[in-house]
Amino acid sequence: MRHYSFASDTMRSLRRNKAAMLGLIIIVLFVFMAIFADKMAPLNPLAQNLSNNLKPGFWAHNTKNLLGTDEFGRDLLSRIIFGSRISLTVGFIAVLIGVLLGATFGILAGFFGGWIDEVIMRTVDVMFSLPSILLAIVIVAVLGRGLDKAMIAIGITYAPQIARIVRSETLSVVNNEYVEAAKAIGTPSGTTMWKHILPNVLSPIIVYGTLSIGSAILDAAALGFLGLGAQPPTPEWGAMLADSFHSITGGYWWVETFPGIAIALTVLGFNLLGDGLRDAIDPRLRGKG
Amino acid sequence: MRNYIIRRTLNLLLVLFVVSILIFLLIRLAPGDPARVMAGEHASPEALAAMRKQWGLDKPIVEQYIIWLAHALRGDFGRSIQSHESVLRELLLRFPNTFELSLFAMIFAFLIGLPAGIVSAVKRYSIFDYGSMVLALFGVSMPVFWLGIMLLLIFGIWLNWLPIGGRLSVYISLKPITHFYLIDSLIELNFPAFWDTIKHLILPSIALGTIPMAFIARITRSSMLDVLHQDYIRTARSKGLSESKIIRKHALRNALIPILTAAGTEFALLMGGAILTETVFSWPGIGTYIIQAVNARDYPAVQGSVIFVALLIAIVNLFVDIAYAYIDPRIHYK
Repeated sequence: MRHYSFASDTMRSLRRNKAAMLGLIIIVLFVFMAIFADKMAPLNPLAQNLSNNLKPGFWAHNTKNLLGTDEFGRDLLSRIIFGSRISLTVGFIAVLIGVLLGATFGILAGFFGGWIDEVIMRTVDVMFSLPSILLAIVIVAVLGRGLDKAMIAIGITYAPQIARIVRSETLSVVNNEYVEAAKAIGTPSGTTMWKHILPNVLSPIIVYGTLSIGSAILDAAALGFLGLGAQPPTPEWGAMLADSFHSITGGYWWVETFPGIAIALTVLGFNLLGDGLRDAIDPRLRGKG
Repeated sequence: MRNYIIRRTLNLLLVLFVVSILIFLLIRLAPGDPARVMAGEHASPEALAAMRKQWGLDKPIVEQYIIWLAHALRGDFGRSIQSHESVLRELLLRFPNTFELSLFAMIFAFLIGLPAGIVSAVKRYSIFDYGSMVLALFGVSMPVFWLGIMLLLIFGIWLNWLPIGGRLSVYISLKPITHFYLIDSLIELNFPAFWDTIKHLILPSIALGTIPMAFIARITRSSMLDVLHQDYIRTARSKGLSESKIIRKHALRNALIPILTAAGTEFALLMGGAILTETVFSWPGIGTYIIQAVNARDYPAVQGSVIFVALLIAIVNLFVDIAYAYIDPRIHYK
C-alpha cells in the first residue's frame, strides 16, 4: 500500500495548480532578490547624486539606471531590489506575530471555554468592527512610527481572524479521545494544548498565514505611504511612493510606477499561492470563490 | 422582527462600549503624562491643570473612563489640539465628504462587480470568466493608494481630463448648506458646481471602489454558481422560461443574499481604503483628518474619530442585518 502523507498530498495537489505554481515562482524570485540584494543591485540604494535626479530609465536609453532615478538621484532599480528585503521581512514577521497571538488566544478560548472564551471572542468581535488599517494606524500612533512598530501593529490586527479560525478548529478536536486520554492521565493543560491540539490545528494556520502575508505586505506599504511605517531614506516600497509623490505633477511617472508594480507582484504571488494552498489543504473549498 | 432589531441594537451598543474602552486604554498607553498628551506638547501649566481637572486625570483610571464616557455620551469628544475646535464638530463637517466618496465608490463597485460576477457564473470557464477573475485577483493585490496614484497620473496629469485632487475647483463657489456638495449644488441650481463636484469624485471613487468591486465580483460568481445548480432552476428551465428571466427572477434574487451579507464587511474595507484614497487625492474627509491627527499626536481627535468610524460601521452592519431579514423570508429571528 502506498503511503500518502499530508505534506506529499498537499504538494501533489499544489503542483497540479498552475496559478499556485506561478505564485510560488513569483515568491521564489522575490525571495532570491531579497537574499542576494547586495549582489544584484547595480548601485548603492542610498547613494544620492543630486545632479542626476529624476532621470528616465531604459526607455530613454539610460543603461546606468535602468528604471531611472528618484528626486535625490538614487537608482530606482537598486532601491526596489533592496526594498524586497524589507517588504518580505515585514510581511513574514507581522504574520508571525499575528499567528503567535492568534493561535495562542484561539487555542486558549477553544480549550478552556467559559468566561475565558467569552472575553477573548468578544475582544475579537470588537477588533473586527474596525478596519484593520485604522487599528494599525492607531497602534502606531501610540507606539510611535517606524518599521518595527508597524510590524507589531499589523501583527496585532491579524490576530483576531487567526484566533477565530484556530478556536473553531480547537473546538472540533478538543473532544477527541486522545485529548480526553491526555486529560485523564493528568497531563497538564499546557502540555495538552502544545502536544495534542496545536499539531491538529496547524493546517488552517498555514493556509491563513500564507494568505495573510500578501495583505500584511500591502498594509506595511500603506503605513509606509502614510509616513507611519519605514522612515526615509529606507528603501521601503510604500515609503518610496510617498517620498516621490509630489514629483508626479512634473510627469516623472517612473518614480511612482515601479515600486507599486513591485508591491502588486509580490502580493499577487502570495495570493495565488495562498489560494492554491487553501484548495489543496481543504478540498471542501475547491472550486469556490 | 422588532425583538431582533432591539437585540441587534443592544449588541451594537455593547460593541461600541468595548471599542471605547479599548481605545481609551490604548491612548493611555502612549508614553508620557496623559494631560500633556491630550493638551499637546506646548500647553502652558495652566492649560495642563485645566485639562487634568476637566477630564479627572488625577483620579483612578476607572473614574477617568467614566468621566470620559459621560462627556462622550453628550457628544463631547474633547477639543482637537491642533485646531482647538470640538472634535465631533470637525468630524461632522467632514463626514459628508467621506460619505459622498464612499457612496460613489460603492455605486462603481456594484455597477461593475455585479454584472461581471453574473456573466462569469453564467458563462463559467469562458474567456470572460477567466479574464474577469484574473482582473479581480489583480484588483485585490494592488495597493489602493498606488491605484489612486496611477489614475491620477494617467487621467489627471497626462490626459488632463480630470482634476488631480481636492473637493471642488478654486474658481467654483458653492455655499455649503448640507455640506453634501452634490445636494447643495442642486439646491442652489448651481450646475457648474454640480459638474465640478462629479468630476472631482470620479477618480477617487474608482480607486476606492476597486477592491470592493473585486470582492463583489468574486462573491457574486460563487453565489450564482451555487444557485444555478439548484433544482428550482432546473424546474424553471423545464417550464421553458427564457434564460434571461431565469437569471433575473430566480437565480439573482437568491444569489443576492450572500452578496448583501458581505456588504457590511465591504463597508469596513471602504472606510479603511478611504484613509488612503483621501490622502492621495487631498480629499478633506475623515480619513485625512485621522492621518493629520495621528501625525500631530492629536490624541483627542484620534480617539474621537476611531469611535466615530466604529459607530458608522456598526450602524451600516445593523442596517445590513435588518435588510437581510427582510429579503430572505426563510430567516426568522427568535
